[in-house]
Amino acid sequence: MNFFFEVLVGGLLAGVMYSLVAIGFVLIYKASGVFNFAQGAMVLFAALTFVSLLERGVPFWLCFLMTLAVMIVLALGIERWVLAPLANRSPITLFMATLGLSYVIEGLAQLLWGAQVHGLELGIKDEPFIIGGIFLSQFDLFAAGIALSLVIILSIFFNKTQIGLSLRAVADDTLAALAVGIRLPKVWVIVWSVAGFVGLVAGLLWGARVGVQFSLSLIVLKALPVLIIGGFTSIEGAIVGGLIVGASEKLAEVYLGSVIGGGIENWFPYVLALGFLLIRPAGLFGEQAIERV
Amino acid sequence: MSTPILELTHIEVLYNQVILAVKDISLTVYPQQIVALLGANGAGKSTTLKAISNLVRAERGEVTKGQISYKSQLITHTDPAKLVRQGLVQVLEGRHCFGHLTVEENLKTGALPLKLTKAQLDAQLARIYTYFPRLKTRRFTQAGYTSGGEQQMVAIGRALMAQPQMILLDEPSMGLAPQIVEEIFEIIQQLRLQEGTSFLLAEQNAAIALHYADYAYVLETGKVNVHGKAEQLSQNPELQASYLGAAFSVAA
Repeated sequence: MNFFFEVLVGGLLAGVMYSLVAIGFVLIYKASGVFNFAQGAMVLFAALTFVSLLERGVPFWLCFLMTLAVMIVLALGIERWVLAPLANRSPITLFMATLGLSYVIEGLAQLLWGAQVHGLELGIKDEPFIIGGIFLSQFDLFAAGIALSLVIILSIFFNKTQIGLSLRAVADDTLAALAVGIRLPKVWVIVWSVAGFVGLVAGLLWGARVGVQFSLSLIVLKALPVLIIGGFTSIEGAIVGGLIVGASEKLAEVYLGSVIGGGIENWFPYVLALGFLLIRPAGLFGEQAIERV
Repeated sequence: MSTPILELTHIEVLYNQVILAVKDISLTVYPQQIVALLGANGAGKSTTLKAISNLVRAERGEVTKGQISYKSQLITHTDPAKLVRQGLVQVLEGRHCFGHLTVEENLKTGALPLKLTKAQLDAQLARIYTYFPRLKTRRFTQAGYTSGGEQQMVAIGRALMAQPQMILLDEPSMGLAPQIVEEIFEIIQQLRLQEGTSFLLAEQNAAIALHYADYAYVLETGKVNVHGKAEQLSQNPELQASYLGAAFSVAA
């Protein structure tokens, strides 16, 4: 039984890492209805920028601020050259644009910082320790703590500030938001900047875990089942979806792996997501449209 | 009479560069006036209002001819956010409340462009609640779960938060019980008298619109067909037949 819990807790904590990536998607999807395929590239770009600055001897906190500034500049550029020219186009057009954008960002990253793999040391030891007979990874606990603080910060930002209010208004009804005098371009820049910030946090944790390399941008693919399960419009959903994906893939690997052969971890979340699409297409926390009859 | 607060001269509106929704509309609104835009579905009422607030842009439409001036300034292609700050606000057809936001949050969004302090914001909210006491009791309810009449009040209240001088109201009576419609028009009347707000309202319910309006324009396929003082128009036999349901009473 102890072993079961160990797998479960390990899986849940690993799932938090997926949640972090998924939150970036949710932010942009909510505010503009765009599925931002470039989120993975943004994660990579942020991590690469950070680590390259760090290797050039810039202090840790300054690296963080400078990378954040770079992500804001990126958001400004995206608004100016991608979103503004495509305003009022269909969601599929914007999705295609973000697909292209992901290549541009990756190319930019390579151009600026080169293509080699970087190690990233955040100063947290990845040594297991034992609580109640269960082995836990220190790094995973740290990541979970970061994710929790991030969610709290975002929740305060969205619910207590005027900017947060305008973001929620735009997410709810774009035309009405325009009618009350909210400037959409400004909102887009803010939302993409916040997504860039979330991408930076995710990129640092993922980079520390697997190294900062170009395959980081592929974690978008792992975020997809998380979003389908949790719902595209909810930050809570992204967290819970991540936990479900993390836990279920580890449990499946351990308990089903011996029966139907290993490597389940890689495809199990997609099968699970497929099941959700059939039963609950809006996801667990997805916004059900409020409709009065 | 004083100088007009709003003036449209021969405007033409094109959607998607091909669909001609408004062909040639000129109209004038004087300060503190309630002016009604009447006409059937597709006559161009909503498009005219959106052309003024410049929300047509969001629907891939454009004012291709003519001029719109507000407080003697040309506003034909001005950003909607800028117009709101200058006191020109539109209340959209079908209310368009932010369904997942509470009633009070909805109202607060109306004041976002003004960047008010906490105290000023509270004062504005209090002002809105005196006009719509019912909203105060529902202030923490998600707007999507309130009744149609309450949503219309939220939509109007939200517009009032920007302290406008001119409100463009699109179909305030749509889908509402007659009693609620009257309540809403009474409030519009009150706002005009107490705050000096001017209204341009598009309405299918010609009877009630003519009852409250000073002046009215009847649109037909994107053009002004008839216009005149409200009391004169309500006596107009042709209009009575097509918009005021008089034909039915004769037939009966």
